[in-house]
Amino acid sequence: MVDTLVIPLLKIVILLNAILIAVTYMVLLERKVIAWVQSRLGPMRVGPYGALQPIADAIKLMAKEDITPTRADRWVFTAAPIVVLVPALIVFAVIPFGPEVELFGRSVPLYITDINVGLLYVVAIASLGVYGIILAGWASNSKYPLLASLRATAQLISYEVAVTMILVSLVLTAGTLSMVGIVEAQRDAGLWFAFVQPVAFVVFFIGGMAETNRAPFDMPEAEQELTGGFHTEYSGMRFALFFLAEYANMIVISTVATTLFLGGWLRPFPGVAALGFLDLVPAWIWFLFKTFVFLYVFLWIRATLPRYRYDQLMRLGWKVLIPIGIGNIVVTGVVKVLL
Amino acid sequence: MGEAIVFYGLSALILGFAVMVISTRDTVHSVLFLVVNFLLVAMLYVLLGAEFLAVIQVLVYAGGILVLYLFVVMLVNLKRPPETYQDPRRQTRLGLALSGAVLAEFVAIGVYGYTSPEGLPAVAAQAVEGGNVEQVGWVLYTNYLIPFEVASILLLVAMIGAIVLAQRDV
Repeated sequence: MVDTLVIPLLKIVILLNAILIAVTYMVLLERKVIAWVQSRLGPMRVGPYGALQPIADAIKLMAKEDITPTRADRWVFTAAPIVVLVPALIVFAVIPFGPEVELFGRSVPLYITDINVGLLYVVAIASLGVYGIILAGWASNSKYPLLASLRATAQLISYEVAVTMILVSLVLTAGTLSMVGIVEAQRDAGLWFAFVQPVAFVVFFIGGMAETNRAPFDMPEAEQELTGGFHTEYSGMRFALFFLAEYANMIVISTVATTLFLGGWLRPFPGVAALGFLDLVPAWIWFLFKTFVFLYVFLWIRATLPRYRYDQLMRLGWKVLIPIGIGNIVVTGVVKVLL
Repeated sequence: MGEAIVFYGLSALILGFAVMVISTRDTVHSVLFLVVNFLLVAMLYVLLGAEFLAVIQVLVYAGGILVLYLFVVMLVNLKRPPETYQDPRRQTRLGLALSGAVLAEFVAIGVYGYTSPEGLPAVAAQAVEGGNVEQVGWVLYTNYLIPFEVASILLLVAMIGAIVLAQRDV
């Protein structure tokens, strides 16, 4: 009873709250990092160094008037932000934050569940998020959101193909689809898969940036062309849900990349015995640290690179990343057979 | 007991949403009900212990094919209510005959499975074991190799056909 019901429910509650808090503070971190890159201070007024800014933002967004356009499709318009946010949150069910730990005399795994199709589950759930974007654009009954949502969908579908291709070669290397299994395969190999599959790592990272609509691929939110993107007609808390989903997706991509390529909860160079003192740091701290590095790189890139043009984006997806993905599968297969 | 409640609950929801798909006026809503329907079918697969099939159902049908349906339906903008427009090429009799044939097939399978107990349970047992990815792969690449390859060639032909059609006006 305790092991099958209470502990999983507690883990879900803690994880969801942690993610939502992390998401709100990601917004602050993004503003701060971009400000520092541009020699500004960023938010400074609310709390010390602006630390309470996310809370002020949340209160402001909840207090705003909630507008539904007259000609919008009311049901779909209401459902769209929820459809965007829910897949971003339920992916965390299979992310392993750490191995089993002893807690109050009980062995508790630091993941909610470990299903034997974990990686496919991540891909499948992520493919559902696109509905929210299409529906938001369509239900608004307004031309710019519709154009933006068509762009977003085309981009998401194209890059999903590339990312899935890359994951096939990773699964060939790991020999399992379970997320915990993939981390354990890296422990047994004594090497992070980022070093075994460097091409796959780079393509996954680029694809992940495109799938989360982050700069330099933030085409669906190109303000200069689309007055704001697929969520132009949304206001107040519904608009906030889209933002929560975008940042939650960034965290998803970062945690998945950490699990697949940076050894999850493993310390750096798990095969080198001389670095054993690094094991003093708890495993989940390594995991969070690696995830944070990814998130920081996301922000860094946004502050540094200009936006791609739409045709360049499509060309990169279809003519560069997908062929690399297929080639990578072939090479991985051949090497796997030869060894 | 609990499993039976979940099964009948899910089945009722699936049938309910299937009726909504064909009875709603707005085509976009119809596609959305179909998405929900497919997700519920995926849950039915989970209940049968076939997680691989469930995830593939979500990935391919709900996340892939229906997105394209939604695209097409959104772009052709079928806002007209159905009674003002009747397709002149509509084949009511042929449609009735085909749906009758499909119904007869389902009934035949049901009757066959019910009367010969060794017929269907063997398949069902295999399906439970096949929830594992390795088992699906094993069966697919040994027992069903030829159907699998035929399906692959069909998809390849469709892909080449799409490229040829798209390139015509370049």
